[in-house]
Order: sequence, then structure tokens, then C-alpha cells
Amino acid sequence: MRFVYLDNNATTPIHEDVIASMNEALALYGNASSMHGSGRDASFRIEEARSAVADLIGAPRGSIVFTSGASEANNTVFNIFRDRIDQGSKRNRMITTTIEHPSIIEKVAYLRDRGYRIDLCPVDNTGRIRLDVLKGLLDEDVALVSVMFGNNEIGTIQPIGTIVEMAHEAGAHVHSDATQAIGKIEVSMEELGLDYLSLSAHKFYGPKGVGALAVAKGAPYIPYIHGGRQEAGRRAGTSNTVAIIGMGTAAKIAKRDREDEEKRLWRMREMLREGILERIPNVVVNGNQEHCLPGTLDVSFPHAEGESILLYLDLEGIQVSTGSACASGSLEPSYVLLSSGVDIELAHGSIRFSFGRYNTEDDVTYVLEKLPPIIKRLREMSAI
Amino acid sequence: MSNFMAQWVYSPTVKDHFMNPRNTWDEKENFVPDGIGDVGSLACGDQMRVMIQVEDGRIKAIRWLTYGCASAIASTSMLSEMAIGLTLEDAYHLSPEVITDALGGLPEHKFHCSVLGDKGLRAAIDDYLEKNGLSNPYRNAVAKIVCECHNITDVQIEDLVKTKQVTTLEELQKLTGYGSTCGKCKADIAGLFDELTHIYNV
Repeated sequence: MRFVYLDNNATTPIHEDVIASMNEALALYGNASSMHGSGRDASFRIEEARSAVADLIGAPRGSIVFTSGASEANNTVFNIFRDRIDQGSKRNRMITTTIEHPSIIEKVAYLRDRGYRIDLCPVDNTGRIRLDVLKGLLDEDVALVSVMFGNNEIGTIQPIGTIVEMAHEAGAHVHSDATQAIGKIEVSMEELGLDYLSLSAHKFYGPKGVGALAVAKGAPYIPYIHGGRQEAGRRAGTSNTVAIIGMGTAAKIAKRDREDEEKRLWRMREMLREGILERIPNVVVNGNQEHCLPGTLDVSFPHAEGESILLYLDLEGIQVSTGSACASGSLEPSYVLLSSGVDIELAHGSIRFSFGRYNTEDDVTYVLEKLPPIIKRLREMSAI
Repeated sequence: MSNFMAQWVYSPTVKDHFMNPRNTWDEKENFVPDGIGDVGSLACGDQMRVMIQVEDGRIKAIRWLTYGCASAIASTSMLSEMAIGLTLEDAYHLSPEVITDALGGLPEHKFHCSVLGDKGLRAAIDDYLEKNGLSNPYRNAVAKIVCECHNITDVQIEDLVKTKQVTTLEELQKLTGYGSTCGKCKADIAGLFDELTHIYNV
């Protein structure tokens, strides 16, 4: 049976060059904080990786704080501003959106429960932030605006440049969770004027469990993990040498291949979108078709339930994800789809196809062969 | 790339029924049902129709349609096999636990899917009895008292929800007075109400 992995927004396979560099790095046992030769060797390679990650996102080397991933980076940013509010800052309100990653949505719920003021800016029915609402929310009491770069489910890309301008004019700092955008579209922290940016290595063919928070010069920083002088005192804990070196290699590859990959991913995504619309009646494509991550396609199939589609596809060797409640372990379907104005039944019948560098057009052909009979069969079995 | 080492999401029996669902309704068959039961709610992602033919007080044949996840499809398929040949009384007593056991178990959060299958079958039997002007001795037999102080059964609450006489927990409280004496049943009834509003799409 053919295997087609179309869940690259969940995670990506590790690039062979990344594996090779990590294998080699396993021998670098020195603690990067040690002054002796072994420590300096590890430290040297870590700093190389720091440069590669900085280059990838258009930021100075010193801005990179290595973390366990984007979830930690996102939590760190909100902790910084929570602490500043606790210290009595007059700017005591934060703004984010309704479609952020759970590491922000749930952090915000946690902080709100404890009395912190955080507004959730809504998005339009393509998943783009409502700039008119954001404008109304911005005031001199706002400390932080956090908006994701590209959405993990529907792929919608936000107008980060405009958001930065608006927020800076109001005197607020801006963070963007760019986890899904890295390696797929151009991301330049300096050009955009971003104060903070989160990323995660396993979304661009690097290892799991490592990521970074980039902090622009002059942006407030308060450590979240205490206990050592690593990361220039910004994040304690012995450096994860192997994973960081792996991320550095992945960053170099991502920078080198990004432009070609962007085109290739978009071509496959469009081939699939057009093929689905051609072969399957009554289909709704979710998200924004103009401002969309190149490899992401989210489609709703009315009268067919997402988990069933996913599992029938899995039996054919095709791996995707769904916004259906049935696959989430709760009774609620994807909050990203619901807050983007997608009807509840359409959310239950949504499938996300996310392409990566190891997919080919033959994969698309295979999906277009296997998917239509699955939808037909489920619709025939449907009670709606 | 291989996922052969890991078990499938559900039991092998669930997989079999999901891949080859039994007794699904097919337009070409011209199946004429004696009773039809519709249950479920789009909000929770499951909607189901169960159709039965009855002969000599037994389920002669059954067909079904479902919009739902793999365990909803498998549990309805399993229920349909188990129901054939049963007396209406026995069919009425097919419980979610029995169906789930026959499937080799379901994850905790998937349990409500098979609850839906037995509700669908009961609704179809109710429909059959009502259409034929027959009394329904089963309905009250399966009823369980949920509020002892006020002698209120789950079936009574189900009827009120199903016919949309109550749409909120407050209305149910006002109408039945449940929980107003010792208050012990409040949490259970709130849970039951939540489940019923899902099942009957209130």
C-alpha cells in the first residue's frame, strides 16, 4: 500500500541532513556552560545553530532564546507581561485572537481566571483578524498584542506588518507565533518590526522538543525558568546540544530551500483543491484562498463526518487530520473553524491536508483516486 | 513511516464493523419499515436513523443510517446484528454496555455514540407501537427513578426533552420540581439533561 503523509502541520519528518548532524552531535558530551575544551566545543556548535535560526527569521543572533518548543516560547511571552502587570505596569491589558494555538488560548484562559485582562480579537469568515475590532481594542493600557503568523488548521496568514504598525502606534509590544510559517513563507522579524517571535523545529524537518523565542532588542524580558545562566540568563537549564544543533541544520535547509518549496507546496495544494472540487460535489474550502500557507488545504465535506473520513483514508495509507469533535475527545469541534464562521456541521466534516517537502504530485493523484469513493460512501450512509 | 506496530484506534471488532457495516439502508432495496427512530444532534456530530420491520412481535429486519464517527458507525452496525430476531421487549432492553462489550470496548469519551444506537432502536419500536395503536409496556419498564423525593423517572425527563416541553434545566426544575427537597439528584439530572439535549438536538 502507498503511504501518503499529509499531516505536515502536525509535525514533519526529520530531514536526513538533520539526522546526520544530530548523530554527530551526540558525541559532543560537554556541558556548553563549562569553560574547558569539551564545553567550548558544545557551546561553539550551539552558537552556530543560533546564527542559523536567527538568519532564517531575519533577526540578530543575540535575540534567539532556545526553548523546548513553541509552546514554551508562547507561554514565556505571556508570563513576561503577567509579571510586568504584577510589578505595577500601567499597561495591564493584553490582546490576542480567537484562533491562536492552544498554548496561547489555554494560557489566556488560565490568566483570565486569575483576573488578568486579556481580550480575544475575533477573525472574519476567512480567519483573518478583524483589524477594525483590533483598532477599537488598542489603547494606552495595552501591553501586548499576540497574533499568530499563519494558522495551523486553515492556513490563513495574518497581516502582521499592519498589526505591528497599529500596536506600536498604541505603544504596545507585538508577539507572533510563527510556528507554522517558518520555512514556508518569508518571515523577517526585523522587516516586520516584531518584538517577539515563537518557532518550533519539528515543523520544519527538525527534531521535536526544541524551539526558540526570538526577542527583539529593547523588548521586555523576564525569565520563566530559573536556575542557571544559560541563554544569557534568559532560560535556565543545561543546553539541549543535540536538539539545538539539529534545529540549526534544519534552519539552514529551510532558508536555502524556502522559495522553491513555497512554490512547490502551493502547486500541490492547488492541484488537490481543484481536483477535489472537480470530483466531489458539495464541498466547502475553508480559510482564506489569497492569504494562505502554501501547503495547507482545509476542506469540509457536508454529510460526511471528519473522524470517519480520516480513518477510512488512514486505511488507504493517507494520513490527514480533522476538526471534528469526534477526533478531539471532546464534544466540541475545532474552535478555529467555529470562530472563523464555519457552521458546526461543516466543522465536524472538515479535513486538513497539509503538504511538506516529501510529498509529490503523485501523492495528490493518489488522494484524488481514494477520497471521492470514501465521501460518497459516507454520504450514502448518512442520516442527514 | 510505518504504523504497523501500533494497534488501530479501536478494537478489531470495531474496525471490522467500520470497514464493513452491516444492515445499512440502501435506496435500491425498497425497504418498507414498520417503525422509524430518529435520534442525535449535529452539534455533537452524530445523527442516526433506525428502521425496523416487525413480525410476530420480533425484529425481523433492521436498516440504519448514521452521520457520525467510526465508533458510531460500528456500534450501530453491531446493534443491528444483535437486534435481529429479538422480541420487542428484549430489543428494548439492549443496553449501551451490551453493545460496547460486543464491540470489544470503546474509549470512555466515545461511549455516548453507542448510547445513541440503543436510543434509536427504542425510538423505532416506540414509533412502531404507536403507528399500530399498540400499548407500550416497555417504555415504563426501562424507566429508572432519578429523583426519589419527587418520584421522577429518566423516561419522564426524556419525554419532556424529546417533545421540547422543556429546553433548559431551569424549565425542567420548575415543571417537575426535581432536586428541591434533598437535592441529592441535582448533578445526575443535570448530566442526564445534557445528554438528552444532545440526543434530541434541543
